[in-house]
Amino acid sequence: MAVPPEVLLDLLVRMVRIREFEEAGGRLMEQGKIPGALHLYVGEEAVAAGVCASLNRDDYLTSTHRGHGHLIAKGGDFKPMYAELFGKAAGYCRGKGGSMHIADLDLGMLGANGIVGGGPPIAVGAAWTAKRRGRGQVAACFFGDGASNQGTVHEAMNMAALWELPVVFVCENNLYGEYTRQDRHQTVADVAERAASYGMPGVVVDGMDVMAVHEATHEAVARARSGGGPSLLEAKTYRYFNHIGISPTSSYRSEDEVAQWRARDPIETFRQVLAKDGVLSLEQSDALRARVRSEVEEAIHYAEESPLPDPDTLLQDVYSEPAASATGGA
Amino acid sequence: MTTAAVRQANYREAINEALRGEIERDPDVFLAGEDVAGHEGSFGASAGLLAAFGPERVVDTPISESGIIGMAVGAAATGLRPVVEVMFIDFIGVCMDQVLNQLAKMKYMFGGKARLPVVVRTTCGAGVRVAAQHSQSLEAMLCHIPGLKVVMPATPYDAKGLLISAIRDDNPVVFIEHKLLYRIQGEVPEEPYTLPLGVAEVRRPGTDLTIVSWSAMVHEALAAADELAQRGIHAEVIDLRTLSPLDAHTVLTSVHKTHRVVVAHEAVKFGGFGGEVAALIAEEAIDYLDAPVVRVGAPFSPVPFSPVLEDAWLPNRRQIVEAALRTMPARTGA
Repeated sequence: MAVPPEVLLDLLVRMVRIREFEEAGGRLMEQGKIPGALHLYVGEEAVAAGVCASLNRDDYLTSTHRGHGHLIAKGGDFKPMYAELFGKAAGYCRGKGGSMHIADLDLGMLGANGIVGGGPPIAVGAAWTAKRRGRGQVAACFFGDGASNQGTVHEAMNMAALWELPVVFVCENNLYGEYTRQDRHQTVADVAERAASYGMPGVVVDGMDVMAVHEATHEAVARARSGGGPSLLEAKTYRYFNHIGISPTSSYRSEDEVAQWRARDPIETFRQVLAKDGVLSLEQSDALRARVRSEVEEAIHYAEESPLPDPDTLLQDVYSEPAASATGGA
Repeated sequence: MTTAAVRQANYREAINEALRGEIERDPDVFLAGEDVAGHEGSFGASAGLLAAFGPERVVDTPISESGIIGMAVGAAATGLRPVVEVMFIDFIGVCMDQVLNQLAKMKYMFGGKARLPVVVRTTCGAGVRVAAQHSQSLEAMLCHIPGLKVVMPATPYDAKGLLISAIRDDNPVVFIEHKLLYRIQGEVPEEPYTLPLGVAEVRRPGTDLTIVSWSAMVHEALAAADELAQRGIHAEVIDLRTLSPLDAHTVLTSVHKTHRVVVAHEAVKFGGFGGEVAALIAEEAIDYLDAPVVRVGAPFSPVPFSPVLEDAWLPNRRQIVEAALRTMPARTGA
């Protein structure tokens, strides 16, 4: 398909935004400035960018523990994102959720999820609402090769297929479930094969190639919007860092393997293509990266300076009504 | 003198009327679960609803409990008001992640920005010879999860009013129906009405001791109170109706008056919700107590199959009477 230059640029911007956000976030975590653990999306940017470029603002998305990239690609704002990672009141979740539960319902982003395989049944529910409303909304459901072994993924695929719901299942196969290689946690190499069990299309794409992801998603989203039901897209991708943080040390995988995947870096590859095709010169993409980097720095500054949550908010939002009437004991 | 006869209905019909009324009233409400549509519910609670509202509002699901709860979470977070059925509370083990980590926590984790108006209807209770995986009372486990409300009606009147309130509530509510109660009759007005969640009911006023109970065990407590009355002991019987949030005020007010307490539930006593009630009284009213709080609950075993064993397992009115007598002062000259 002929892709207009503004769409190509948009894909690059989404990927660069994810990369810069994540690398800076990882450094802050390693420095102890961001509490807890971050699961970084670096290396997998083409998947979120390629998928979300086909989504509208009012489409839904369920995410994973590695969820920052999905929110950024769906249109998430750096400031409340970093504020949430710092545990600040100005965060997307007012400091209650953190990295693993970051969400923006206004963007249809129904949350990162600390439970592997927690999201797919929720995507079915969102797609149920979409079908009931009949406005052509879809739900994109991200999960990993690890989650593809959870029963919830199969329950969700079966239900979505049964009810012909507008779900695009996106398996981000980064070859490892935490630290366990795919061939040691499942027998099939292509998770997409499992789509056949539910009578829906299953497609394997190169998850390092943003255009390939975009084209495959475009088709799956069009099918879902027009009432054609769910699809499964499997993107072969790679996590540059470990399960948590920015350390690349790898007792469970070879340096050679990491280097081979890094040589196919989705951002570098794509910006070379854009330069060769005369869409964006290398200098222009360098400038884009610098702009995003200063936006990241500004957002980090904002988050660091913004106030911590008031301890009085501890019991807020356990229930819809005021906490006092919701707690059990006197 | 004439009195308007209040219509009689059973617990199952009361549930059915609440569902019917709410599905009709609010286009966002739908019912989903295993065999709820074509088969009209394993206990008949959704009789006639598929015919009345069609398959978009009354939905048969695959046997996929995690999928069912997750579907409810996703549908609720995007604006609908699902009522989903987990056929037996025992099956909540299959979908506990979706209940515990998704449904109960989403609002809080998202800083209040999600609304989760979900009712999970399920059934509890022993006595129908279906053994260890279809007979449990697991309410304590659910009450331990912040974010959920837990409702256990004991009468047809309460079942209808509390279910309507649960459906209209913006929080996740686990609504537990005791399977032995479906056939009990009671006064149930035909028109819709709501009862507040978190408000207990004094079923029988009394002065000598308080029996706190809920769900089917309320009826055992009332029978025990009858027996105690024959011995000149006037027991007050409180039906909690909602366990979370707990109506501490009604319990403590009664303790201030009677100074003696028995807490009776069908669930296994160890780790049961009765311990929470006893702890509340110990923390807030120990100076009012004239005797230790006594709990009545099932022994610490799975529910057995053989009727003779199951009957031996089930807590009953006799045990409540014995517990009550243990709280009373030894009578001199008896």
